[in-house]
Amino acid sequence: MSATAIPNSRRPRGPVPNALTSAQLPRFVELYTLLAALAVSAAVLAMIGFNIVGWLVLTAVIYLVGLGILSSVVENRRKATDRVIRGVVTIAFLLALIPLVSTLVTVIAGGAPALTWDFITKTGGSVFNPQTLKVTVVQGAWQAIVGTLIVTGIAAVISIPIGILAAIYLVEYAQPTQWMARTVTFLVDVMTGIPSIVAGLFAFSLFTLIVGPKAFSGFSASVALSVLMIPIVIRSTEEMLKLVSNDLREASFALGVTKFSTIVRIVLPTAIAGIITGVMLAISRVIGETAPIFIAASFTDNFNANPFSGAMQTLPVMAYSGYKFPSQDIAASYQSAWGAALLLVILVVILNLIARIVARVFAPKGLR
Amino acid sequence: MSKRINVNDLDVYYSDFLAVEGVNMTIEPRTVTAFIGPSGCGKSTFLRTLNRMHEVIPGAHVDGEVYIDGDNLYAPGVDPVSVRRQVGMVFQRANPFPTMSIRDNVLAGVRLNSKRMSKSDADDLVETSLKGANLWNEVKDRLHLPGSGLSGGQQQRLCIARAIAVAPDILLMDEPCSALDPISTLAIEDLIEELKREYTIVIVTHNMQQATRVSDKTAFFNIAGTGKPGKLIEYDDTATIFTKPSVQATEDYVSGRFG
Ligand SMILES: Nc1ncnc2c1ncn2[C@@H]1O[C@H](COP(=O)(O)OP(=O)(O)O)[C@@H](O)[C@H]1O
Ligand SMILES: [Mg+2]
Repeated sequence: MSATAIPNSRRPRGPVPNALTSAQLPRFVELYTLLAALAVSAAVLAMIGFNIVGWLVLTAVIYLVGLGILSSVVENRRKATDRVIRGVVTIAFLLALIPLVSTLVTVIAGGAPALTWDFITKTGGSVFNPQTLKVTVVQGAWQAIVGTLIVTGIAAVISIPIGILAAIYLVEYAQPTQWMARTVTFLVDVMTGIPSIVAGLFAFSLFTLIVGPKAFSGFSASVALSVLMIPIVIRSTEEMLKLVSNDLREASFALGVTKFSTIVRIVLPTAIAGIITGVMLAISRVIGETAPIFIAASFTDNFNANPFSGAMQTLPVMAYSGYKFPSQDIAASYQSAWGAALLLVILVVILNLIARIVARVFAPKGLR
Repeated sequence: MSKRINVNDLDVYYSDFLAVEGVNMTIEPRTVTAFIGPSGCGKSTFLRTLNRMHEVIPGAHVDGEVYIDGDNLYAPGVDPVSVRRQVGMVFQRANPFPTMSIRDNVLAGVRLNSKRMSKSDADDLVETSLKGANLWNEVKDRLHLPGSGLSGGQQQRLCIARAIAVAPDILLMDEPCSALDPISTLAIEDLIEELKREYTIVIVTHNMQQATRVSDKTAFFNIAGTGKPGKLIEYDDTATIFTKPSVQATEDYVSGRFG
């Protein structure tokens, strides 16, 4: 912006019409430097053998060094530092993006061919034909979609009330120094770090004690997911409640409103958008858990919508078992594994979209 | 409607820290009393003991008695919630509820106390309260819009409307104009003048002119130094405090020769 406003800005020193101006590089200097760096590093690599990773790395280095030198010669050290740091930060951002984008691309590329209407609506599995003695694989993820929704849904029903109420206790009722609050906070911290496999083993052994051996069930998987989900819900709700200004609580108390009404009618509505977003993120976090569900609910090709008895198929476990224990038609198994993975990603994306919409709808309106 | 406040040897603590010491004071009904004094001398702290808002802060407690028309606020078994319904409060920073419309903000105190109310009663209450706060004409066409969309001065008057909607006997105001422009300040001072007919009003202010303009009595608080408790130095008619105070410190403060 300012570069266009100041003509002749490249003139280094000397009399300038405006005492506040100083030498400045032209507007698109970053782009030019980048193009130059790309060309130079391509030329250098062409001599010693070209490869794309080396090209990008060398470009980044040349870009940073070149821009730094250019800017410190023409402009000044402060601006040079600014440009170099901006470059470093951008590069770090792009690096962070690489695994994300490449995962997404791989999943879409692998899963898209499998993703047909039949795949979504049919119960899949291997079918043995006694006449021809041949096993054909029916592509279908219906049982896994239903299973995932049931298992995650029950986990959400268990975790959301417990998590939100616990957070309300911690923020609104407990004194920060009280041993009870400290213990709960400590346990929540520990639970956030629990490896998910431990949660699965916990649920499985719990239900083995109650039900007996081979106690696979969707419900026990839900319990395992709840163990993972509750601390996330507590943490995010806690943060959101802490964001609600104390002024509002005091304003409410000063009107002679009880603590309970203040929490339910003032604090929660103010924080609700953030709480819902946090809950949705917690759901998407556990919906893709594989290990605990695999242990607690096992896997099956049968359609089972009863969470209280028998193994239950879920999308992440379907992706895993399709790869690890393929049927005779290996290619078909692999494909449905990819399809399940893609469906899972789509489900998570949908959940995130819902979270955003809900947050938008519930956000307090008219804030300056 | 309006009630007398009697404070009897009150000490106010934050955990172990004695913030205000030994206050004795009688505030007559239908008067405006101004609290003045340097920052940190405990004006807000003391004010908040008059409706038991002080104890909202963890570890905060008091020692002594505050009588409102003869009833001790700090007697055992007194419910702070019912005290606060009789003693309303307006804060330094206007704090309308962000999730509520202007109308709902006015009705908040009544609604959240889960009193049932017909729509016409609610309409009447909204109108009288907003008129009482001199805000009705400015907002009557946008009652359903969020209260946080108003200007700072309007928000503060909305908070006053919200406070008087629960029909308290006493209204406490903690520097209600310190974040407002002169015009909004005048609007609120006029309002205080009118509210005085029905309420006992206590106002904390840093503005000497404001104290002389609106108050009948003035209480000067001071501290000997940081970490020392704040004390009520002098309490008298506003005219006396500002013309011939009996304590040297008061004279230094009101004449601007303080510190
Ligand atoms: N929440 C609190 N916790 C501990 N000390 C406090 C708290 N609020 C105020 N104080 C202390 O109490 C004293 C009086 O403060 P305050 O009543 O806010 O003064 P004023 O309103 O006159 O400026 C100050 O020393 C202040 O540091
Ligand atoms: Mg104060």
